Amino acid sequence: MALKTEHMVLNMGPQHPSTHGVLRLELEIEGELVKKVTPHLGYLHRCFEKHAEAMQYNQVVPYTDRLDYLAAIGNNFGYALAVEKLLGIEVPERVEYIRVIMAELQRIASHLVAIGSNGADIGALTPFLYLFRDREHILSIIEETCGARMLYNYIWIGGLSHDIHPDFVRKTKEFCNYFKPTIVELDNLLSYNKIFIERTANIGVLPVDTAINFGSSGPTLRGSGIKFDLRRDDPYSIYDRFDFEIPVGKGLMGIVGDCWDRYYVRIREMEQSLRIIEQAIDHIPEGDVQSAIPKRIKPPKGTVYKRVENPRGELGYFIISDGTVNPFRVKVRAPSFVNLEVLGELCKGYLVADVIAILGSIDIVLGEVDR
Amino acid sequence: MKSAEEIFQILKIEFGNSILGLDKDTPTEPIISVDPLQIHRVSKFLRDNPDLQFDSLMCLSGVDDANGNKVKNADGDELIEGGTLSVYYNLHSVSLKHKISLKVSTSRTEPKVESVENIWKSANWHEREAFDLLGIFFLNHPDLRRILMPYDWDEFTTEVSRHPLKKDYKNPEFYQGMKVPY
Repeated sequence: MALKTEHMVLNMGPQHPSTHGVLRLELEIEGELVKKVTPHLGYLHRCFEKHAEAMQYNQVVPYTDRLDYLAAIGNNFGYALAVEKLLGIEVPERVEYIRVIMAELQRIASHLVAIGSNGADIGALTPFLYLFRDREHILSIIEETCGARMLYNYIWIGGLSHDIHPDFVRKTKEFCNYFKPTIVELDNLLSYNKIFIERTANIGVLPVDTAINFGSSGPTLRGSGIKFDLRRDDPYSIYDRFDFEIPVGKGLMGIVGDCWDRYYVRIREMEQSLRIIEQAIDHIPEGDVQSAIPKRIKPPKGTVYKRVENPRGELGYFIISDGTVNPFRVKVRAPSFVNLEVLGELCKGYLVADVIAILGSIDIVLGEVDR
Repeated sequence: MKSAEEIFQILKIEFGNSILGLDKDTPTEPIISVDPLQIHRVSKFLRDNPDLQFDSLMCLSGVDDANGNKVKNADGDELIEGGTLSVYYNLHSVSLKHKISLKVSTSRTEPKVESVENIWKSANWHEREAFDLLGIFFLNHPDLRRILMPYDWDEFTTEVSRHPLKKDYKNPEFYQGMKVPY
């Protein structure tokens, strides 16, 4: 007589260290094999979009910090660009340069957390501590300029909240010189570590057409080998002036689009961010960073969808203005929200332990998944 | 690469009266209005036509247009009667690098829009979000549940506090015995 078997349902989270916040994954498993993953979100839901409708345009900026709280500058940046587009204003050159440098510093800081926690989730705790040490330098540089370490409220509509600190240029250059050798160190410590490769190569393979159909973006999409980066493909601000490459997954350790590729893309992106910073840091023009800030922000009626390349992918703001001082509708297309959707596809047929590696390689921030 | 005007003409020839109009007066991509019960056919065409190849749905947003009449119900709450809810689709072609926005409007009392989930998988969660926050019902969606709000929100709240992004939303007094307004 054949034994009757059925799938077991296992809840991972909401309180689980590797779900990066409060995410609950409902795993259907057969032994150790994952058959189905159903994510349950909303534990951090605070209806940012409803709040935004009750605020004036400039008052929304601090709320955007709290979406992707590891890359708050990027969120401010996207929102400011969207409203500037509605208003039809141009910002001074100095503002553009500072914005780009800050956004790239923030990208490095964010990738450091992503890489560190990806490693820590699957057992490599040492690199995590090293990377947080390096991230500290960036947070200090930004703190000196705008007074905050994580939630900056730095990029305002039409300008910046503060001009850069007199030491900013020197310290940023120092950081660039300091950080380049540590990337090599990180490669030796984690990227080419045999155990790490065993845990991530050939795991969670994401084919290109699936990635595009699921709307994946950022390192999740580029890990699958497609050169798509909004900084180059839909340029905003002054990114078209800089020379940088777009690293993509090449399947160096396994199949193209596996966890290792997504991880490795982030490391190479940090190098490119350094390149952009080095090109920009010596050419910051003089000027007043608050000269273009409108006294009264009252955009004409209209609809705008503006997207920027945040560390986690395409961050889009869809804003409808009804001609008053409050936005009529603000919708955030959060990269983590969309990237998380593909998790169910990625985990099918892998082991329970691999779910953690895959989730770490997608790198979600629950603040923007739940909004 | 095609301009919005050209895309509009191609769609007009293919679908005739299902394409309702073109709004060019926007700071970003022009918006093509489509019949909410034809959006699946139109989307499939947009994705599969070799000249268009819209392979990626960037964003899908539900909006309460708040264009109905304001009335007061028995409890003194101000409600909106009639009018429309809208869904905006922001499309992008990774291969051909052009963009377009679509818009469908549906009645506020019985909001029904065809789902595009089996064309772009990314629509799945976006549509669930629009259903959750605005109550727009997506026909043929495989898994239309709440996504951000609690699954049992309806059991503990009244009609006026079902969908928070509606413009006449009222906070419920209590949810599961917890006081909601803070």
